[in-house]
Amino acid sequence: MPHIKKIIKVKNKQGLHARPAALFVQVANKFKSAITLKKDNEKVNGKSIMGILMLGAERGSSVEIEIDGEDANQAILELETLLLREE
Amino acid sequence: MLELRGIPASEGIVIAKAYKLGKEIFNIFKEPISEKDIPSQIELFEEALTQTRKEIIKLQERISQEMGRETAEIFDAHLLVLEDRMLIEEVINRLKQERFNIAYIFSEVLKKYVEIFSKIEDDYLKERISDINDVGRRILRKLTGKENVSLEKLSERVVVVAHDLSPSDTAAMHKKNVAALITDVGGKTSHTAILAKSLEIPAVVGLKDATHKINNHDLLIVDGNEGLVIVDPNEETLEIYRQKEYKMSSIAERFFADKDLPAITLDNAKIKVLANIELPEEIDSAREHGAEGIGLYRTEFFYMNRDDLPSEDEQFQAYKYVAQAITGNEVIIRTLDLGGDKFISQVQIPEEMYPFLGWRAIRFCLARPDIFKVQLRAILRASAYGNLKLMYPMISGIEEFRQANSILEECKDELREKNIPFNENIKVGLMIELPSAALTADLLAEEADFFSIGTNDLIQYSLAVDRANENVAYLYEPTHPAVLRMIKNVIDAAHKAQIPVGMCGEMASETKFVPLLLGLELDEFSVPALVVPQIKYIVRMLKKEEAVSFAKEALSFSTGKEVEDFCSQKIKEIFP
Repeated sequence: MPHIKKIIKVKNKQGLHARPAALFVQVANKFKSAITLKKDNEKVNGKSIMGILMLGAERGSSVEIEIDGEDANQAILELETLLLREE
Repeated sequence: MLELRGIPASEGIVIAKAYKLGKEIFNIFKEPISEKDIPSQIELFEEALTQTRKEIIKLQERISQEMGRETAEIFDAHLLVLEDRMLIEEVINRLKQERFNIAYIFSEVLKKYVEIFSKIEDDYLKERISDINDVGRRILRKLTGKENVSLEKLSERVVVVAHDLSPSDTAAMHKKNVAALITDVGGKTSHTAILAKSLEIPAVVGLKDATHKINNHDLLIVDGNEGLVIVDPNEETLEIYRQKEYKMSSIAERFFADKDLPAITLDNAKIKVLANIELPEEIDSAREHGAEGIGLYRTEFFYMNRDDLPSEDEQFQAYKYVAQAITGNEVIIRTLDLGGDKFISQVQIPEEMYPFLGWRAIRFCLARPDIFKVQLRAILRASAYGNLKLMYPMISGIEEFRQANSILEECKDELREKNIPFNENIKVGLMIELPSAALTADLLAEEADFFSIGTNDLIQYSLAVDRANENVAYLYEPTHPAVLRMIKNVIDAAHKAQIPVGMCGEMASETKFVPLLLGLELDEFSVPALVVPQIKYIVRMLKKEEAVSFAKEALSFSTGKEVEDFCSQKIKEIFP
C-alpha cells in the first residue's frame, strides 16, 4: 500500500483557513487513506475541520502531509493542487 | 411594571409575552461507567449524531425554502463540525480511557475545543465557535434527552428576548410566530435590526441587561419607535399601548390604501419618493408600494457568493430588465460599492487596518478598470431601454469624479465603435457620503447631473462612529448639527447649480425626519419599498413653507438630541 510523505508550502492567500480549509476537508474525506497534516510539532487529522483550523497554517508556511492507503496517489494529487492554489 | 430603554432598531408597537432565548443550561453529571457499558454509550453517541444530522438537514431544507439557499448555507458549516473525525475519535478514545458517561465526556471535549478556538485571534475562527456551540448543544440535547427549546418550536406569537441573536438562531425561527425582537447587545445595523426591518416587526436592541430583568412569559410592550420595553405593564399603560398598537395598524392600512397618490405637499410642492433595491426581482415590491422609480439600485449582489466575476451580458440583462420594468420612471444604478463590510471573493484585497477608510468602492473601481468597465458598458447598453442614471459611490472630490467619467467616456467610445446603442445623454451623478464631498458640493455640482446623499456613511465618517460598536453607537446621530449643516450645504449647492438631490440612507426612511428633510428642500426620498407609502402620506400632510421654517429652527439647536426631540414632537402633532 502506498505511503506518501511530502512537505508543501501553502500558497492560498488565506492560508489553510475559511473556505480553503473546508474545501480541503471535503476533498480529504473522499479518500479511504489516512491523511495527516503536520506543522511544527503539531500533527492533526487531515479529515477534520477542527484539526486543520487549529493547525493555523498561514500562507507561506510549510506543512507536512502524510497519506497512507490504497488511494494515496490520487489523494496527494488532488490535495496538493488545493494547497498550491493561489486564490 | 418596569421600563427598559434601548436603541430603537425597527419601528412598530407590539404587546406580547416574552420568550427568552437564554443560554441553555445542561445539568450534566459525571458518572463512572463499567467497561461493559462502553459499547452502549458509543451507540448512544452515534445515534445522537445521526439524529442531529437529520435535524440539521431538515432545518436546512426548510430555511432554504423560506429564506433562500444562501441563508441555509450556515448549516453546511454545522454539518462539517458534526461529522468531524477528530472530535468523534477524541470522544470515543476518552470514553474508553476515562470511563465516564458519554454526555460528560462529550461536553468536556466540546469545552476544550471552544477554549482552544477562542484563544486564536482570528475572526473567522471566532465565528466557528458559534457553529461548534450550536452543534454541540444539539448533540447534548440528544444525549441528555432534552427537548429542543430553540426557536424552531415557537407556537404562539411572542417577543423573542435574547442576549444576542445569531444568524443560525434567527434563520431557525418560524417567522409568523415572532412578534418582536429585543436583545441586550447590538446597534441600529446589527443582524437583529436588519432582520426585524425585513420582517416588518418592531425591535429594540442594546438593552444591556434585558435578559436578566425579563422572565419567560412576562407580558411585554415593545415600542420600536422609541426604543422602549415595558415589562409587566399595569392596566392603564396597557390600555394606552393597546390603542397605539391599534392606531398604528390602522394607519399602516391607510398609508397603503393611498400609496399611488403622488407626494405633493398641501402647498403644491412635488416630492419624489423612490425605492432602494438590491435584486432585480425587488422591482415588483417597489411598484406595489407606489414607488415612483428606483433611487438606489445596489449592484454588489452580482459579485457576491460566486467564484467568477459577472459578465457584461449577465449584468446588461439585469439592468435592462429593471429599466424596462419600471416603465418611464428613473432608475439610479450605483456602481460597485465593495469593501468596508462588503467583500467579494474573486478579488483578493489585502487585509487593512481600517477597511472603511481603505481600498473600497470607487477607489477600487478606478484601480481596476478591467472590472469597472465591464459594469459601465453593461449599464450604458441597458440605458437604451429606459430611464437609467449612473451613480458613483464614495467620491471624495472632483478628481475622482472626473477619473470615473473619463473611464466612462472610454466605454462609450468602445460601444460607438461597435455600433451598440446607448443613451448618449445618460445622467451621471454621485453619492455624497464623505464629509469632503459634502463640503465641496459646490465644486462637484458644477460637473455632476445629480447628488444622492448616503447618510449612513456620511454620519459614520463625520462623527467617527462605528455604528456596529455598541459602546459608541449612541453617538450615531443623524440630527447632529454637523450632519445637518452638511446636508444643508449639499442641498443648497445642488440647487444653486440647478441639479436635483436625493437621499438614499436610512435617515430618509425615518418618518420623524420627513418634515426636516422636506424643509431642507430635499427633492427625492429613496427608501425601502415598504416605507414608500408612509413617506408619501406624510409629505401630503405637510406644507413646504412651514417645513422650511421648521428646518430653520431645527438648525438653530446646539445638540442632536434637541433636534431629534423637536422632530419627534412635530411628527406627534401630525399623528397624535
